[in-house]
Amino acid sequence: MSQGLLERLRERLDGDGREPVFAHGLLAVQLPREALLDTVKLLKDEFGFDMFLDVTAVDWPKREPRFDVVHHFYSTHDHVRVRLKMAVTEADPVVDSLVDHYGSAHFMERECHDMFGIAFRGNADLRPILLYEGFEGHPLRKDYPKELEQPLVRYRE
Amino acid sequence: MTMPGANQGTGLPPVEETLRNPVRPAFDRPSTEDGVIVSIGPSHPATHGTLQIIAELSGERVVRADVHCGYLHRGFEKECEAHTWHTLIPFVDRLNYCSALMNNFAYCDAVETLMGVEITPRTRYLRTLLAEYSRIADHITCIAASVMEMGAMTAFLYLMTIRDYIYEHLADLTGARVTYSYGRIGGLANDLPEGWIKRLEEILDEYEVYVGRIHGLLDRNRIFIDRTRDVGVLTTEEAIHWGFTGPILRSTGVARDLRKDTPYLAYDELDFEVPVGIKGDNYDRYFVRMREMDESVYMIRQLIEMLPDGPINVDDRRCTFPEKSLVYSEIESLINHFKLVIDGPQVPAGEVYRAHEAANGELGFFLVSDGSGTPYRVHARAPSFVHMGGLHRLLEGYQLADIVSTFGTVNMIGGECDR
Repeated sequence: MSQGLLERLRERLDGDGREPVFAHGLLAVQLPREALLDTVKLLKDEFGFDMFLDVTAVDWPKREPRFDVVHHFYSTHDHVRVRLKMAVTEADPVVDSLVDHYGSAHFMERECHDMFGIAFRGNADLRPILLYEGFEGHPLRKDYPKELEQPLVRYRE
Repeated sequence: MTMPGANQGTGLPPVEETLRNPVRPAFDRPSTEDGVIVSIGPSHPATHGTLQIIAELSGERVVRADVHCGYLHRGFEKECEAHTWHTLIPFVDRLNYCSALMNNFAYCDAVETLMGVEITPRTRYLRTLLAEYSRIADHITCIAASVMEMGAMTAFLYLMTIRDYIYEHLADLTGARVTYSYGRIGGLANDLPEGWIKRLEEILDEYEVYVGRIHGLLDRNRIFIDRTRDVGVLTTEEAIHWGFTGPILRSTGVARDLRKDTPYLAYDELDFEVPVGIKGDNYDRYFVRMREMDESVYMIRQLIEMLPDGPINVDDRRCTFPEKSLVYSEIESLINHFKLVIDGPQVPAGEVYRAHEAANGELGFFLVSDGSGTPYRVHARAPSFVHMGGLHRLLEGYQLADIVSTFGTVNMIGGECDR
């Protein structure tokens, strides 16, 4: 693993409301959502983070802003990972989409939209992917009851 | 009208009856005059895995493909939030059910990282050995199923013979054939039974005989080559852009393997090669998997030599159950046992992402703990799901019949794709 690259990246990202820290072998960056696209461009073009691994969210119902949107990136050249984390409010759960930079963002953003209702600005295709058309609510939000059923077809008597 | 049964007795609202199409295709009219739109799946006899492909065809050629997954979605991540860190291990098995042990170990590794637990040397080597053993079973399943769909029944039966030896052998160790629930936070469920290593060596010898026959049957087989060579071609840049990892990425000609790149478990002590393909078509994906199995066998043979004696569980009361004799004889152990069962292991608050090179690619677990015995959030970065996002790139421009062979070599596993 090339720790030098992560150290340089940490110095580079510090400031502008971004707080990079090392955590369990990767660089975790807390940043305001407005800084996402610039940061991703920097990661991709200057630091070679060419693989978009994952996007998901974490729901903290008692906290304001309520959601954390979490991105993971990987550099296939230097074998290091970066995590970007942004807080978004329940009233305006929108972050910028990365579909222009990474193809893999298409499906993963759809999943995150399914599960948490996070909208991705710039991703025109946010159809349900793991859920189905007409499903109401966002199951991974903490206020969605686990037992709630929304079957499409009638139970067998 | 409300549906009987749903939400009954839960205090939740009754469910209105709806009869909607569960998916909305990305396109509903063909782009050219002779185009036809066909819906393939979700249950199709020639594909393994429940997946719907809505394809626009021009003659026999696929012009556009819209891939829909989610038919096996069962709320894995939601369900995990209602269990302790320990009791969700059986769910993890059911992600990639062809190589359940690797899911176990990746999950346990993530929890152990968060807890700061270092596993014992014997467990470290054993997990590596079993992960490679599962990789063989997974690759065998993938190759067997995909060649069977192309009509190679003999190859399928040869491979399934070996896979069944492996499954039966793992059943001797864990008590289950497919979903083992064998990993534990800080160790493993039990140590190797007597004679297990001896049988392992026998199976590896058998493996070589049977896989040799597969090479003989398929490698230079004209029909097989025609069905797979130059079909579903992927370049390295595209593969990385669409998030492909594992054998699919390596088949495009780059040696990207987490076992080498970010070594975990005992991989940095092992001698092995990372096989790569030439141009990332179906044939390369087949061959990369075949060669990877050989490397796994080579690794297992090294690990048998290296396997040290010693305990398999760490001596850490936060995650390891006390011995049964102590539970029955002293109050501290009884309380310890009770707390571990009822509250679960107390994992320090924090977040962790740990990735292992599973049979299909990068299997990552993103865990968030709030300091209690129940996970606050469990997210699995499943390789199959990401691969489905790029599947249309492998289908578009090829024949309708090629969908079957391409889909087979991508090895989509519904359990981890849909979670």
